[in-house]
Amino acid sequence: MFQVLCIFIPLIAALFMPFFFKKVRSIHTGWFVLVVPIFLASYYATFIPITSKGDSVIAQLHWIPSLGISFVSYLDGLSLLFSILITGIGALVVLYSIFYLNRTKEQLHNFYIYLLMFMSAMLGVVQSDNMMTLYLFWELTSISSFLLIGYWFNRDKSRFGALKSMMITVAGGMLMLGGFVLLALMGDTFSIRELIAQAPELAANDLFVLALILILLGAFTKSAQFPFYIWLPDAMEAPTPVSAYLHSATMVKAGIYLVARFTPIFAQSEVWIWLVAGIGLLTLFWGSFFAVKQTDLKGILAFSTVSQLGLIMSLLGVGAIAFHVEGAADSAFKYATFAAIFHLINHATFKGSLFMIAGIVDHETGTRDIRKLGGLMSIMPVSFTVALIGSFSMAGIPPFNGFLSKEMFLTAMLSIAEFDLFNFATWGILFPIIAWIASVFTFIYSLYFVFRTFTGKGNIAQLPHKPHEAPMGMLISPVILAVLVVGIFFIPNIVADLFIKPAVIAIQPFLYTHPEQVDIHISAWHGVNTELLMTLGIFAIGFVLFLTLSKWQKIYNAFPAKLTLNNLYDFIIYELSGNWMYRLSSSYMTGSNRRYLGLMFGAFSLIVIGTLFSKDAFYVTFEGASPVHLHQVILIIVLVIGTITTVFAKSRITSIVALGAVGYTVSLFFVLFKAPDLALTQLVIETISVALFLLAFYHLPKFKKEQERNRFKFGRALVSFAVGAMVTLVALSAHSQKLVPSIAEYYKETVYSLAGGGNIVNVILVDYRGFDTLFEITVLAIAGMAIYGMIKLRLSRKGGKL
Amino acid sequence: MKINNVILQFTAKIVFFMIFFYAVHIFFAGHYTPGGGFVGGLVTASAIVLLIIAFDLKTVQSILPINYIYLIASGLLLALGTAGIAMFTGKPFFTHFFDYFNLPILGKTSLHTAALFDLGVYLVVVGVTMTIIQTIGEDE
Repeated sequence: MFQVLCIFIPLIAALFMPFFFKKVRSIHTGWFVLVVPIFLASYYATFIPITSKGDSVIAQLHWIPSLGISFVSYLDGLSLLFSILITGIGALVVLYSIFYLNRTKEQLHNFYIYLLMFMSAMLGVVQSDNMMTLYLFWELTSISSFLLIGYWFNRDKSRFGALKSMMITVAGGMLMLGGFVLLALMGDTFSIRELIAQAPELAANDLFVLALILILLGAFTKSAQFPFYIWLPDAMEAPTPVSAYLHSATMVKAGIYLVARFTPIFAQSEVWIWLVAGIGLLTLFWGSFFAVKQTDLKGILAFSTVSQLGLIMSLLGVGAIAFHVEGAADSAFKYATFAAIFHLINHATFKGSLFMIAGIVDHETGTRDIRKLGGLMSIMPVSFTVALIGSFSMAGIPPFNGFLSKEMFLTAMLSIAEFDLFNFATWGILFPIIAWIASVFTFIYSLYFVFRTFTGKGNIAQLPHKPHEAPMGMLISPVILAVLVVGIFFIPNIVADLFIKPAVIAIQPFLYTHPEQVDIHISAWHGVNTELLMTLGIFAIGFVLFLTLSKWQKIYNAFPAKLTLNNLYDFIIYELSGNWMYRLSSSYMTGSNRRYLGLMFGAFSLIVIGTLFSKDAFYVTFEGASPVHLHQVILIIVLVIGTITTVFAKSRITSIVALGAVGYTVSLFFVLFKAPDLALTQLVIETISVALFLLAFYHLPKFKKEQERNRFKFGRALVSFAVGAMVTLVALSAHSQKLVPSIAEYYKETVYSLAGGGNIVNVILVDYRGFDTLFEITVLAIAGMAIYGMIKLRLSRKGGKL
Repeated sequence: MKINNVILQFTAKIVFFMIFFYAVHIFFAGHYTPGGGFVGGLVTASAIVLLIIAFDLKTVQSILPINYIYLIASGLLLALGTAGIAMFTGKPFFTHFFDYFNLPILGKTSLHTAALFDLGVYLVVVGVTMTIIQTIGEDE
């Protein structure tokens, strides 16, 4: 119970933040916020002894029991690792933001509410075992991220970036929901654990691959994989603490988490392996290649994040191969998932610190443009040191933790060559090659980031602010992270025992059941082998390319500027759904009643006639029809002549008179068919309506009163013909197929005995079905009032007064 | 120039009563023979229209000082009230009652609550028709 409540603690705390901000003005609101992640981090740390033994803890709070939806806090190795990352880095980010955001100039209550909301959402995502609540928290991360990116909402770029990230991640989230629903339909449960238990049966289902692709789309959009990464660089308009927290350490890893969590279910599928490994590798290469092009510090970090997420993703994909390999626990495949988790931890540490350094540089110099920066090393020694540690770790240089995970990454990629299923024997060789090239670019942009900013001459005098070292408080968080970066290099096996191995057994339950079975020992020096040679190659070639950067950086300009994914996005959002859709809908929404009527009648008759014949419902018989008399024929001829005259008359008055003739003929028909009441009423009503028509005719405006015949339009003729045909066909077949006998006999028998009357029509009107009459006279009354109102109330003529 | 419509006005005075009584006749006869409140109302309205044509709107309004909008309202109330009577006796809405009575002058007569309902219809129809014609006629 308390365990589930912990997910909501940040949300509850968020409720009180405006109070602290408004009432306690002298203390930075961040200090109050800081308590929350610190408490949660220490609370979650108490679970480490349990999960490192391979056990898990589960707590549940029913929300909608009838639908099987509940809030679940499921803590195993994987979700505990993420929970500690979220709360731990959250604490550091809050601490950093206290010094980054100005207490008097910023709307701090907004900022911390969004941040706490996000923290709850993330904890919910990683701890939910129920797919519906997982989706709920997933969308909450999208929304809070939207709010955080648009925090400085008076800037155009912030709003644009916020909208873009919202559009892409929510679109992915929706698709993911579809995948969840499919999975729940297949397995008849929302619980991921129960689904994992029945994974083999699920794989046999036809919808399995569809669910897989939909869920992957959710994960890829959230984790900024190719081609959905485009929102991440634009999200850099957010305050730097947000970028450090959301866009490096936590939210973008929600997709990674999702892929890891669903690996036990989907690893059986070839599609999963190819998509996760392939897209991950493509993203790795693409991100690292374009990171070198960027000139904005945070831009470089954004593309680098994209690239590193691709790396982790591809490792998870390769890790899924272990499912298909005999004795995978002893082969090189066991490294992949381990390396993915290891790199995930490392990335969170070094990327968080690098973002914070980028924020410090921005804060202290007033610019993030790398072309204006340089020579800050002697002015900001601490920041430089942290940046150097972070960058070297990102580049994979010892003695930093990035080196260890990069080595394992190369090992995992090389292992693919051993795998000869699913066409990997032919295409698998590409994996280590692309990975290697991407690592070279990673090396280049890491050096580019740190050395262009801090070394060289620079023109410090021209910077917007006079640069100086950041205040103590701002440096605490990046320094802690940098210490972790170095620390993990020296004690990797402790980290592995506490965090990585429990996470690995959560991802690969088919391979291991207990953390001790994960037989991997990380060592910084593992002899001269292919991986080491590849790493040395990366260092050498990367260093040469970095020194000659200005010579070859021009090749980026060779790419056509129009053919970018950002342009594609703009095209879809603004051109396709904005302009084109508008044009499409305005092509039929013309405002012309004639057109709407034409469309409605046309569609109506098409549907009815189509249904009539496709369902084979058309049937005509003249059995039981009355004989036709001569006077009826004559009346019909009169009726037809009247109708034709109405339609083809040259002047309107002819039409009106012809219409009157039609009406009187109809009343004659009523006489013939023995309906005296109807005949009476029809006669009087026809007279009144003809008089009203004449009235309307008399008041037509004098100018432009053209006495011209209705022009013939083929389309209208077609529609009216179709409607006439439809009514005729329906009437004929309805008349020919009477399914139930008429109720009229009952009326005939009871009209005197029960109702005390002789005129069946009138008795029906006032007695049997008086209700209809009651409301018909109400209709009449309303019509009379409306005419009265329309004529008497003329605001425009009498100067707006009644 | 005012035209002196002596013949029309004289005829109208007589014909008005003929039409009006015919309307009353078909209203009362409605339950057993063709007719009823609706047609009766329309015919009554047409008798008044005849007066309006023969004289003019103002004269007719002074002869028949009726606010037709109140006529509509009272017709609706009467119809609704008749339908609602049955609810006070525990029967469903719109249950009619009828029986035969020996009335002075008329002798044995059938009295039916449906006739009251029909009277409501009659009043509404007269009211609506006259409202429409009068408002359009008054309009400049």
